[in-house]
Amino acid sequence: MSALPLWAALPVALLVVLGATLAVLGTWGLAVLPRFYERLHPPALASSWGTGAIVLAVIIATSAGEGRLAIEAIVVGVFVIVTTPVTMMVLTRAALQRDRAEGADVPPAAKADSVQSGSADPL
Amino acid sequence: MSRLVPHPLLSLLLFLLWGVFTSFTPGQMLLGAAIALVAGRAVATVEPEPLRFRRPDLFVKLFFIVGIDIIRSNRDVVRLILSGGRHGERVSGFVPIPLTIRSEGALAGLAVIITATPGTTWVEYDSRTGVLLLHVFDLRETDDWATLVQTRYQPLLAGVFE
Repeated sequence: MSALPLWAALPVALLVVLGATLAVLGTWGLAVLPRFYERLHPPALASSWGTGAIVLAVIIATSAGEGRLAIEAIVVGVFVIVTTPVTMMVLTRAALQRDRAEGADVPPAAKADSVQSGSADPL
Repeated sequence: MSRLVPHPLLSLLLFLLWGVFTSFTPGQMLLGAAIALVAGRAVATVEPEPLRFRRPDLFVKLFFIVGIDIIRSNRDVVRLILSGGRHGERVSGFVPIPLTIRSEGALAGLAVIITATPGTTWVEYDSRTGVLLLHVFDLRETDDWATLVQTRYQPLLAGVFE
């Protein structure tokens, strides 16, 4: 890949810096926030537009460098976006389970008798 | 049709993925098609119901709405992190949101939106009551998260997936 033309190098540089900055801020937030549920939020900076900006930069750089429309990096973004909810749910539900068992200040589990069937156990 | 290609959308996406990562030559397209069909039938043994995907136009609309919302919440969360949570005034908390969507596709779509948006996290969904529990990073009294999810995302998700 030869040197990028200026029209491609500028947006690529801006997007890479933007994505890297979001990743750093997400990590920083994860490190400094005091409570578990708050620490879940900042990493989303890295997994949303942090990833998005880097992916766009890769697409522009590869397309300009190789003279073709290189869209395969989109797949990276799609998989990051689609798979993060899985790990996130595992983390939050494990934390919630533990906090409820320990009687911490979290919303209680939904009661079985709020189901409209009316045949719930009187527990 | 449905017995040969039980998951048409999945097979189509696999086929396109194969083409993007190799090349769109006749040989690779044939191989990609074979893999997509076999994979679709393999998935059908564990997940018989294919994903309903009815309105691509609404999906595109949802995609852009969510993309812009995520840019906005990126900005908000960055600001909160840099200002130390509006100098200690930020309060986070749980918000219950009653949902009317029930299909796996629509709920999965909402999970992706909620998780990809900085500042909101999916905590728990109860399929018996249909109530989703969110954790919100910056809980302000002026924001109505339940109405936002119910009116901004839910109708589009229902239109696309239900």
